[in-house]
Amino acid sequence: MAQAALPSLRSERRLGGAYLLVALLALFVGVATGLLQALDHAGLNLYPQVLPLLKSYYHGLSLHGVMNILVWTTFFICGFLQYLAARAFARPLVSPALAWFTFWLMTAGLVLAAIPLLGNHATVLFTFYPPMRAHWAFYVGLTLVVVGTWLVTWRLVLTYRAWRREHPQTRTPLAAFMALVTFVMWTLASLGLAVEMLVLLIPWSLGWRQGTDPLLARTLFWFTGHPIVYFWLLPTYISWYTLVPRQAGGQLFSDPMARASFLLFLLLSTPVGFHHQYTDPGIEQGWKLVHAFFTFAVFFPSLLTFFNVVASLEIGARRRGGQGLFAWFLKLPWGDPSLAAQVLAMILFAFGGIGGLVNASYSLNLVVHNTTYVVGHFHLTVGTAVTLSFMGITYWLVPVLRGRDLWSRRLALVQVWLWFAGMTVFSFALHDLGLQGMPRRTMISLATYVQAAWRPMMLLVGIGGTVLFLSALLYFLNLVLTCLASPRPAPEEPAFAEALSGPEEAPAILDRWRPWLLAAVVFILIAYGPTLVHLFRTTPLTVPGWRVW
Amino acid sequence: MAIPVGMLAALLVTAFGAHLGLPGDAGRIDPTQVAQTPPFDRPGVFEVAPGRYEVVMVAGIWVFTPNVITVPEGSEVTFIATSRDVIHGFFLPHADVNVMLLPGRVARVTARFPKAGEYPFVCHEYCGIAHHTMAGKVIVVPRS
Ligand code: HEM
Ligand SMILES: [Cu+2]
Ligand SMILES: [Cu+2]
Repeated sequence: MAQAALPSLRSERRLGGAYLLVALLALFVGVATGLLQALDHAGLNLYPQVLPLLKSYYHGLSLHGVMNILVWTTFFICGFLQYLAARAFARPLVSPALAWFTFWLMTAGLVLAAIPLLGNHATVLFTFYPPMRAHWAFYVGLTLVVVGTWLVTWRLVLTYRAWRREHPQTRTPLAAFMALVTFVMWTLASLGLAVEMLVLLIPWSLGWRQGTDPLLARTLFWFTGHPIVYFWLLPTYISWYTLVPRQAGGQLFSDPMARASFLLFLLLSTPVGFHHQYTDPGIEQGWKLVHAFFTFAVFFPSLLTFFNVVASLEIGARRRGGQGLFAWFLKLPWGDPSLAAQVLAMILFAFGGIGGLVNASYSLNLVVHNTTYVVGHFHLTVGTAVTLSFMGITYWLVPVLRGRDLWSRRLALVQVWLWFAGMTVFSFALHDLGLQGMPRRTMISLATYVQAAWRPMMLLVGIGGTVLFLSALLYFLNLVLTCLASPRPAPEEPAFAEALSGPEEAPAILDRWRPWLLAAVVFILIAYGPTLVHLFRTTPLTVPGWRVW
Repeated sequence: MAIPVGMLAALLVTAFGAHLGLPGDAGRIDPTQVAQTPPFDRPGVFEVAPGRYEVVMVAGIWVFTPNVITVPEGSEVTFIATSRDVIHGFFLPHADVNVMLLPGRVARVTARFPKAGEYPFVCHEYCGIAHHTMAGKVIVVPRS
């Protein structure tokens, strides 16, 4: 149905292309710095060789974190979901002017933040914990990017309203519904970061305020810093729910269950941030436990998703002649790089989920907090479940946006499997090193306490990281050649999957917004209210800033 | 239903069952006055009762003071620590000590050292250009 409306989506495509271009540039910086870090963890210090560009390991690491998880993800998501929502609503979203204003605002913010970041004036890592103080342009730039994401939310909401007036009785198309939930969830969740920036960091970096407070800043940061994970994951799930089942030759198992899981994310994503602060003094144990509880609760919609998506894959594989309890898996269309990427991403994500339970566990966290275990963990989640899925999406999206077929499917398949293999080795080794006590965010090649027993795993980090980097190069090569040299026209883009159990069967409450939003706000107030009020009332903002790099 | 219930059980068991404690709030301090504020005006290792020690520790770029701590086998050691500049971490893997040292906050955490040996500790939060050199050790000497 969306297909018929495609010609009118040309402006949405240009917008999507613009976001994607910025996202890919960021990812390129991200993987290049990643390679250096991985080699460093194998004992090979190449930083003197790249000195004019990177002043230190930590300069590179700041770029790595910001470019990968703040820029690559955010720009990709804004481009992808606006385009997908337009397809799902079967109409362009409202106000192209607002859309382009938003894009340029976010890009300007990015440039503003990138100038001090590249110039080694914001070597504060992507968490920018005060009292390390970066150049003000870094904070202001990032804030503009966040404001841009709010404008995307606004555009989606306006479009939804307009569509709703024309279709008072219809269920919201699944992909559009999910895009809305994603952005609404994120807008709520990003308030913590916004307050941190506007109240604490920006006035202080400009010299208008003398001091700050690290605990208050961390608390506001993680208010947003954990749900941001769902801001990356939900778009991934949207692809897994609404496109992958069809790409696998089948149907979505259950539409109502998919809607319910997203609403649970809206409710549960935010009141969980203290699980990043289990080891912080100054927050009551009882509240930490409340967050630990929500953290386990928010695992539940991910389980629902996993179940629903695997069931959908199975439908596809069986239609293709797959049999047996597990053997059907081999009958998936593995020759399609877009599908292969996303199924492999799911496999590694399952391991990431299990490891995440350890992080979240109230006291096991003591063993792994701030060790390379955590680094191994999030390269499985955001570094693979999200990133490899996004790569898989670009394998159909770039041809559609560009109007040219993918340059080489075979190269894409090689790339996808290399990422899978490289990541398996890389993350296994990092998990293991973390359990042996290796700290993260550390220049291991020059660390004064490296133990002999770490060496074999360190080598594996270097090898796995190199394979990942090669995979990323093949990815960029394929995309560039698709844009410049692909002779064939684009094939049809993947259509939305039909559902075995369709939206008609979803209870009407799943299409209402107010009760869910209200509940989400109440949960946040319960989980954060007392601690934040207490901190704001009792904390003098007196801790001075430092430049220590 | 089995899975969420199981997870909840796991949470409760790990939270209360394992006798690990998370660092709690041991008060505030003016980070610019650490060197003048007791007990941090005299960092060091103090025996407070037979077999029980307190380590008063100050973290600053890029050293722990003290950074070599000697106690006899079987000791129970309470670390009372803070930072005088940026955020540091105090990570002593072999005794499950893992705490953030925030300027303005005092952290307090207890560990037991039943076996003789050398136990390294490191700063595990990025604290600047020489973060990877910030470390120390607990030397647990056999009781003779
Ligand atoms: C070629 C691929 C990659 C390699 C070789 C690589 C390597 C590494 C290494 C070795 C670290 C640990 C640094 C440390 O703790 O001292 C690291 C940190 C990190 N990586 Fe990657 N990475 C890659 C891709 C990615 C991707 C695609 C993402 C996310 C989209 C990502 C996100 C992160 C984040 C968030 C950190 C933590 C930064 C911090 O602690 O401030 N990485 N990476
Ligand atoms: Cu330190
Ligand atoms: Cu440090």
